[in-house]
Amino acid sequence: MSILIKDARLALGARIVLDGVDVEVPSGRITAVVGPNGAGKSTLLRACAGLLPAQRGTITLTGRPLDALSRAELARAIAYLPQERAVHWPLAARAVVALGRLPHDDADPAAIDRALGAMDITLLADRPVSQLSGGERARVLVARALAQEAPLLIADEPTAGLDPAHALALFALFERLATEGRTVIVALHDLSLAARFAHHIVLLANGRAAASGPPADVLTPRHLEPAFGVTMLCTNVAGLPIVVPISTLP
Amino acid sequence: MKAEVQPYVIPGLAALTLVLALASLAVGPTGIGLGGGEQAWLILTEIRLPRTLLGLLVGAALGLSGAALQGYLRNPLAEPGIIGISGGAALGAVVAIHTGLAASLVIGLPLGGLVGAAGAMAVVLWLAGERGGPITLILAGVALASLTTALIALVLTLSQNPFAAVEIVYWLMGSLSDRSMTHVWLAAPPILAGVAVLARLGRDLDALTLGEEVATNLGTSLPRLRLLVVAGTALAVGAATAVSGTIGFVGLIVPHILRPLVGHMPSRLLPASALGGAALVLAADLALRIASPGGGIRLGVLTALIGTPFFVWLVVSTRRELAP
Repeated sequence: MSILIKDARLALGARIVLDGVDVEVPSGRITAVVGPNGAGKSTLLRACAGLLPAQRGTITLTGRPLDALSRAELARAIAYLPQERAVHWPLAARAVVALGRLPHDDADPAAIDRALGAMDITLLADRPVSQLSGGERARVLVARALAQEAPLLIADEPTAGLDPAHALALFALFERLATEGRTVIVALHDLSLAARFAHHIVLLANGRAAASGPPADVLTPRHLEPAFGVTMLCTNVAGLPIVVPISTLP
Repeated sequence: MKAEVQPYVIPGLAALTLVLALASLAVGPTGIGLGGGEQAWLILTEIRLPRTLLGLLVGAALGLSGAALQGYLRNPLAEPGIIGISGGAALGAVVAIHTGLAASLVIGLPLGGLVGAAGAMAVVLWLAGERGGPITLILAGVALASLTTALIALVLTLSQNPFAAVEIVYWLMGSLSDRSMTHVWLAAPPILAGVAVLARLGRDLDALTLGEEVATNLGTSLPRLRLLVVAGTALAVGAATAVSGTIGFVGLIVPHILRPLVGHMPSRLLPASALGGAALVLAADLALRIASPGGGIRLGVLTALIGTPFFVWLVVSTRRELAP
């Protein structure tokens, strides 16, 4: 499932966050949205998930305008994981993951078990989320989105709060989803993870898409330094791409 | 510790409610044995049956709408009074007493209550706006509740007739005594309609556990959900208040007690709270009939008397649980 955004204006209330953005999210690939704080990463992801209508321009999901899809169709097509990790009642972890099955009306135990296993939380399944650590809770919420088993997964900073092992495992999982033909969009602050795992990068800065394309083309000092206002070291170590911020630009 | 779901909660509550309903039919100032003749039959069908049915309906309405509102507002302190519906119903009933409509027409009082509840619903939805979230609903409800309290006080002070004033004060305390089958026939359709609306919101309330954006992503329409929560509460609690007066604390406490027993899941809390509310109101009404047969203590006063210390205990124990 691909997403095509053309000349879109996205606003939060009266504030225009992104204007005139053109973004392409290729099908069956991992697309990483990067950019400084306030660049509009979350806004772009919300718009892709059909949660924020564009004030101008079009957003299409494999050729169909997003606003022409019913709520039920959207719920089965797109799994959205927000940055906010709210669980308002102390449900058991398994009950939270099971909420991902609501669009399918089946509470399919096999799908729930797969999601629990993928996030390495099978042993925590019966614990109330209020008694989990921040990272464990984050994994439960990722598992909820996975249990939805939608062809398009949109995750806003899914690795925030995860230890390195679980962050790597999550991206390995995203790679597997992509090889199965599913589309993954992630907003990320870890540029090295983006360089290593993403197939496509969208760099947002100053209210527009400053650059987009393969990581090797976008994650370069030429694009990153003006966008982030820091000098960047972009290199390879043991065959892996590394992007490290060095110092703020004057 | 596990977040366990107790499988016997719903059947247990159903059995408890049934036993209490039967006890409510059996207990009263006049002893009626088997084969008690025509008089006993009259007491059973004309006095105790409407009282029991109203206890069931009113309790279920309060418990269920409390659970639905707590789920929608994601706040364990929410109760039906918070969105101004019970205040509107009370105001409508008080106006009916004041204008003499209640005295001239048997259904005048509950009818006034229903009109008041419908008016309150319209005002609260209009105030909260089309796209407003839970916070605007609470703000609109609190504003409306204080306005209705002030207007009730105004009607009381304007009341020239001291008997009407006493009647208003007594009515506001809430009671199930001296109700007839006419009250049941009047209150049952809106209460049952409201219960039917609220009972179907479980899926959307579950989805809302993860916040408004995720709920939308899972297929929930938030404006529709809010409309149904308010309309269901207006029908159920508006009609309940119209026939029984204000019975506080049931909608607050019942979902609170039962929530841990159903694994904190909003959808499972709905039927449990309906049954729990019915059981609590029946039990309180029974206790009144046994402890104060003369009718000195009013039902709404008793629920508040039991409810407040219980609530304090709840707050203290929550504080202990949350303490570092």
